[in-house]
Amino acid sequence: MSLHTLTIHELREKLQRGNVSAREATQALLDRIQAVDGKLKAYLWLNAEDALAQADTIDRGGVARNGKLLGGVPIAIKDILSVDGQPCTCASKILKGHTSVYDASVVQRLRDAGAILLGRTNMDEFAMGSSTENSSWGVTRNPWDLERIPGGSSGGSAAAVAADEAFAALGTDTGGSIRQPAALCGCVGLKPTYGRVSRYGLVAFASSLDQIGPFTKDVADSALMLRVLAGHDRRDSTSVPQSVPDYTTTLGAGVKGLRIGLPKEYFIDGMDREIDAAVRAAIKKLQNLGAEVVEISLPHTDYAVAVYYLIATAEASANLARFDGVRYGARVAGEDVIDMYGKTRGAGFGPEVKRRIILGTYALSAGYYDAYYLRAQKVRTLIRQDFEKAFERCDVILTPTSPEAAFRIGEKTDDPLKMYLSDIFTISVNLAGICGVSLPCGFTKSPRLPIGLQVLGKPFDEENVLRVAHTYEQATEWHKQRPPL
Amino acid sequence: MQYEAVIGLEVHVQLKTKSKMFCGCATEFGADPNTHVCPVCLGYPGVLPVMNEEAVRKTILTGLMIGSEVARFSKWDRKNYFYPDMPKNYQISQYDLPLCAKGLVEIKLNGGATKKIGITRAHLEEDVAKSFHFETTSGVDFNRAGTPLMEIVSEPDLRSPDEAFAYLTALREILISGGISDCDMEKGQLRCDSNVSMRPVGQKAFGEKVEIKNMNTISGVRRALAYEIQRQTAALQKGEKVSQETRRWDDATGRTSVMRTKEYAHDYRYFPEPDLMPVVVSEEMIAEIRKLLPELPEAKRQRFVKQYGLPEYDAGVLIASGTLAAFYERAAQGSRNPKAISNWVTTELLGKLAEAKKTIDECPVKPEQLSELVSLIESGQISGKIGKEVFAEMFAGGKAASLVVKEKGLVQVSDTGSLDGFVEEAIAKNPKSVADFRAGNKAAINFLKGQVMKLSKGKANPQLVGEILLRKLEGG
Repeated sequence: MSLHTLTIHELREKLQRGNVSAREATQALLDRIQAVDGKLKAYLWLNAEDALAQADTIDRGGVARNGKLLGGVPIAIKDILSVDGQPCTCASKILKGHTSVYDASVVQRLRDAGAILLGRTNMDEFAMGSSTENSSWGVTRNPWDLERIPGGSSGGSAAAVAADEAFAALGTDTGGSIRQPAALCGCVGLKPTYGRVSRYGLVAFASSLDQIGPFTKDVADSALMLRVLAGHDRRDSTSVPQSVPDYTTTLGAGVKGLRIGLPKEYFIDGMDREIDAAVRAAIKKLQNLGAEVVEISLPHTDYAVAVYYLIATAEASANLARFDGVRYGARVAGEDVIDMYGKTRGAGFGPEVKRRIILGTYALSAGYYDAYYLRAQKVRTLIRQDFEKAFERCDVILTPTSPEAAFRIGEKTDDPLKMYLSDIFTISVNLAGICGVSLPCGFTKSPRLPIGLQVLGKPFDEENVLRVAHTYEQATEWHKQRPPL
Repeated sequence: MQYEAVIGLEVHVQLKTKSKMFCGCATEFGADPNTHVCPVCLGYPGVLPVMNEEAVRKTILTGLMIGSEVARFSKWDRKNYFYPDMPKNYQISQYDLPLCAKGLVEIKLNGGATKKIGITRAHLEEDVAKSFHFETTSGVDFNRAGTPLMEIVSEPDLRSPDEAFAYLTALREILISGGISDCDMEKGQLRCDSNVSMRPVGQKAFGEKVEIKNMNTISGVRRALAYEIQRQTAALQKGEKVSQETRRWDDATGRTSVMRTKEYAHDYRYFPEPDLMPVVVSEEMIAEIRKLLPELPEAKRQRFVKQYGLPEYDAGVLIASGTLAAFYERAAQGSRNPKAISNWVTTELLGKLAEAKKTIDECPVKPEQLSELVSLIESGQISGKIGKEVFAEMFAGGKAASLVVKEKGLVQVSDTGSLDGFVEEAIAKNPKSVADFRAGNKAAINFLKGQVMKLSKGKANPQLVGEILLRKLEGG
């Protein structure tokens, strides 16, 4: 068996026994990337020498064998997180050539856990998109069908993990940007509760919605990664000072007596038949494993997309204001400073980013604020209350992750609204601030494309989410399927 | 028609904290450009703000001093506009829920009457950077960016430039006494914008409001307002309309000019700052801060008048700075003549400090040393005139008064034997004055006294000299 196909927990065992060195693990990935990334384009930046040097340092220090959670494990990083000395472009021309000058808190945590920071993965520009087609540096391909998109915005991270080009990768999820690509590529993607993981060093798209999480090959690895990433950080005032459980030890507790909620608004006529069937089969499976099923209602679901595209774009309009050519990144000279701003931002941002900045600016403008932004915040509260009420009757909620499997490259690029609807099952979760995971639960027949199951939990109850996901995963073979590359 | 001015002031105060509002960088003034900066205050991609609690406490303390309602729940907002001195192109400020609402500042009018000026609100925000313009390029120094800045907005209660001047002076005294800020306008620690409109006397409704910016001193504010009132009045009397706009004061020409008109007013698109939690102020926290409440300037002035027997004016000079007042009180405590100490502090000491361009914190003479000097004079060991010489020496070298007196041999000569010699010499050398005195011109004795002082190099005890002279002239 080649090293690159291992999960983290399998690799760790070999590293800790000394059967495999960090250098060998890193080299195995570099070879795999060399072999397949020309087709996939999951990585934007890779420095083999630097990765191997990190591995050598770990090998010399015996870090892989001293029990550290990720000692000697190479991890890929979405191009939206700061790694000291590495480029960070957010897949945008406006940050072309920009090098980060500090480590994001999650990156610091990875380093402390002994991980090797492997390379940077592709994404939709500033995490705005659901297909990775909005990257300024080219499209990433879905490993299951190279004519199709990997999902987005963290498409590079999802494709890299699904294609065994990484043992795990970091992504960010603002409206589904981890869970949707995980579903479309057939891997596990976890969006932790808002406040569970520090956002310091994550280039903000929508500050009240963004959350960092891992892509992994199975749920056990997801638990392991979350254990490393989670925890309070003084540098992020929205991170919560709450202790972090050892998610890896509670995985095997089973689902007996656990109540699974099925929101009636998510199981509707007109849904893709194959996806509907796969999710219903997964529910059946969990019932057979001892879980109870209850029907619940999330009555404000219909408003989620509209609310999201007001709040997220409003925040983005301010967050992206700093890219002005004054202090870093690209600059296009102008007659005066205003002209320079216009030319720099005009040339630097892609069309989707511009569309969202304009939309958000409008929503915050005098005379429109009350009707749009303020109203959206009120409905957001209702959406959060929907989940609070629902969770009085159940422990976790099950839904499909995406209304459809991976679509063709170019299929939705002309219709932004159609693209926005890719996230209808994931967006409410960010608005409510709760946690959720997507894991494989089947395939479409022709072409053979992965289908994702979404498990949602109460705030800070990642334990139950991971437990349900793990129990289902261990009773199925879906997570062992590999794309035919 | 008679018009009256309606004036409101917006004062920005840099708080005296060690670090910036949302990062750990130092707030020190005068460092090389861009040396007190970090990814946070430079607005690098991915950074997040962390609130400086000391700045919040100082703002609450200010609120308590001016009788504000301190908000138990307050929040941060983003104020959006593009400018190169704004690292993020939005400023973290407070929009609809400021830390302090309402309040009063009492001002003194000419003639001794007082007037209460309403405070609308006081909120906290981050300062912007400083732009520099060179021949063909511009530069930005981000050292100042992120310094805690408190904005205090007054009600439109002021009616004249003098009232505005008095308000700023009173507010400054309060802020200094609470250790909130040093309020050094030259360092930009206190900045002021003004709103001014005119209305016919007796009319309730306000006229069109003009905002004036770029007034860098308190007296500049007074002059700018005087100019603007005269400009608007002239326009109204000609039947013209005053247009709502922002104008820039030019201190050199003494005029205001249009900066931007109403059509170009910013839409700041305020919205709640999602990167920061709301500020929840507990009763315990307020009680804790209340303990730090200093004596308010007006109360302190009255106490100085009563306790030390000082004239109102002198007391006012002493309490203008908390450190000066503390210096005075330490010196006065060890003295039998606090009034004399006050004279020394307000004339010699402040004079020398101004000359040396030093602040009271940098004063080389310690309060106890000044106290000793005054008691040397009081006890007749040195004359007041010599005292000034000794003080100059103390200020230059930081030495104790008694040491200077000893080293320079400046002890007053009170021994009649030595004085007799000087007196006789003076009488012998100035027969005309002696004759004048004996002819009835009693004032002539002062000239002779001066000659004796001169001969003794100022060391003779003037009182004794007078007695001996009188005895010799009348007896001779």
